[in-house]
Amino acid sequence: MTAVTPAAPTATAAEVTRRVGFSHLLATEWTKIRSVRSTVWTLVIFAVVSLGLTGLFTWLTIRSLNASRERSAAIATDPVNFILGTGLGLGQLAICVLGVLVITSEYSSGTIRASLLAVPKRIPMLIAKGVVFSVLVFVIGEAVAFGSFYIGAAIVHSHFPVSLSQPGVTRAVVGSGLYLTVLGLFALAIGSLIRHTAGAVTTVIGLVLVIFNLTALLPGSWGAHIHAYMPTVAGLLITQDKQQSGQLLTPWQGFGVFCAWTALLLIVGAYLIKRRDA
Amino acid sequence: MIEVRDLTKRFGDKVAVDHLSFTVAPGRVTGFLGPNGAGKSTTMRLILGLDRPQGGTATIDGKRYDQLARPLAAVGALLEAKAMHPGRSAYNHLLFLAQSQGLPRRRVDEVLALVGLTPVAHKRTGGYSLGMSQRVGIAAAMLGNPPALLLDEPVNGLDPEGILWIRNLMKQLAAEGRTIFVSSHLMNEMAVTADHLIVIGKGKLIADLATQEFIERSSDRSVLVRSPQADRLGELITTEGGVVKQDTNGIQPAGLSVTGMEAPRIGEIAAAAGIVLHELTPRLASLEEAYMELTADSSEFGPATGPAGPAQAGAPGPAGVSAPAGASQPADGKEIAP
Repeated sequence: MTAVTPAAPTATAAEVTRRVGFSHLLATEWTKIRSVRSTVWTLVIFAVVSLGLTGLFTWLTIRSLNASRERSAAIATDPVNFILGTGLGLGQLAICVLGVLVITSEYSSGTIRASLLAVPKRIPMLIAKGVVFSVLVFVIGEAVAFGSFYIGAAIVHSHFPVSLSQPGVTRAVVGSGLYLTVLGLFALAIGSLIRHTAGAVTTVIGLVLVIFNLTALLPGSWGAHIHAYMPTVAGLLITQDKQQSGQLLTPWQGFGVFCAWTALLLIVGAYLIKRRDA
Repeated sequence: MIEVRDLTKRFGDKVAVDHLSFTVAPGRVTGFLGPNGAGKSTTMRLILGLDRPQGGTATIDGKRYDQLARPLAAVGALLEAKAMHPGRSAYNHLLFLAQSQGLPRRRVDEVLALVGLTPVAHKRTGGYSLGMSQRVGIAAAMLGNPPALLLDEPVNGLDPEGILWIRNLMKQLAAEGRTIFVSSHLMNEMAVTADHLIVIGKGKLIADLATQEFIERSSDRSVLVRSPQADRLGELITTEGGVVKQDTNGIQPAGLSVTGMEAPRIGEIAAAAGIVLHELTPRLASLEEAYMELTADSSEFGPATGPAGPAQAGAPGPAGVSAPAGASQPADGKEIAP
């Protein structure tokens, strides 16, 4: 490395006076999110796992249909839910990891200091991060949701013809992308609270895969209500084209409940980001 | 202009910064000195709005950091060197910082050239050496071409070439009229870089003075003389106007510490009287010793009673520093286990 010290270039007057707006924050967060490999890899894993497993599970199931009349009947009642529930159910974990990483990697690497020196107003920074991340997940999530539907629909077509024009099907497919977007923000909010990658990933996946579902075991009517209002339990309703009997919430109500939980966590996260030493 | 007024920060029961007040003026390098744990980094983080103070204010040109419209154009900061994502390239690290200030991409290329990192700009910073990471930090600090710079221990862990580079850069930036505020725990490093010194210990202000003043105050010039006829020589020197003290450190023959008289004159007196000399050494009390004496009571991890005063080894010049744990740093900036 050379040890030269050329004169410091001076900023032009236009550069100094130019105002900094929210669009600059969006550009900043977009550069941050696209310039690390973990973003690309988690999204590739998400797409491959979701599309691949949808194809594999539906194909294996169709092949063995004749062996199990019961299974055949179960799929026949709701083939769309069968298609969307296989690959995306596992693929969603990659979105959880990415949501956490988007914020915790700043803390673990120390980038958060550089970020906050550049943007000392912490809440606008968090909002810009949330906007950029959710747009990214929405676009990829919708693409993968439609991809999964078409792959699954093609495989099950000869036995159970499904199409987007059937009632509730388009809403369920679009809803899958919406669910993934809010799930990503839910993970981002947990990341902003916990700030450590491993702890936050474990927490999010533990909540989504285990804790929220375990509430199904709670007895009685109040148990059923608690279960119905758990974030991802409520959120998943929008990914189902048919309402189950005895369902306490409609798909959009469920999605609203999931959004409300996520908003609440994001507000707590924003408050803590503002309060805590970086 | 950086102003700190009555700044206080506690972490639990521990007071890190204790009603600290000082002003950092533009156009010169101000050294921020103190032993490890004195609160230097915390003070800088408070100035930069990363930590919230319990009391007092820190302002840059009259504004709190989070009130600055474009902070990187008002003050550049270098905190810890590796504060960047290891998977992101230096270019992208600087690019998102530039975008946050509405600065053009051209500015990223300019600061990369300034620190000499253009050839590796698109490599991931995880593979960078400490010196290269430090340069990325300097580039980030210079991005907004700010009139003020805060540098926290910028030479720590750098090789001599890197140290010289940082030193010259700081002097050049100060000469351009910028405010340079640089922390260090190395007095010798600050003596050659800083024009002004702010010394803190245990979060409190100890001294706020010009470096020159500090050097003049602490330069205790003396001459060490050893002779088998020390008593006779001492009498002659006293008669000629010198001040003689016994230099007791167990080496025989006994030494005399003479002040108020230069070494050549002492030699002449001895020669005229036919007195044998074993040693005749001009001595300068080192700045490091004076600094350690100043901060002795406030060293966070030193012995409770403080060090036993300046080193008595009799070594000439500022080299011989025998210091308590936590306060001892050789001039090359590498940590040594006490």
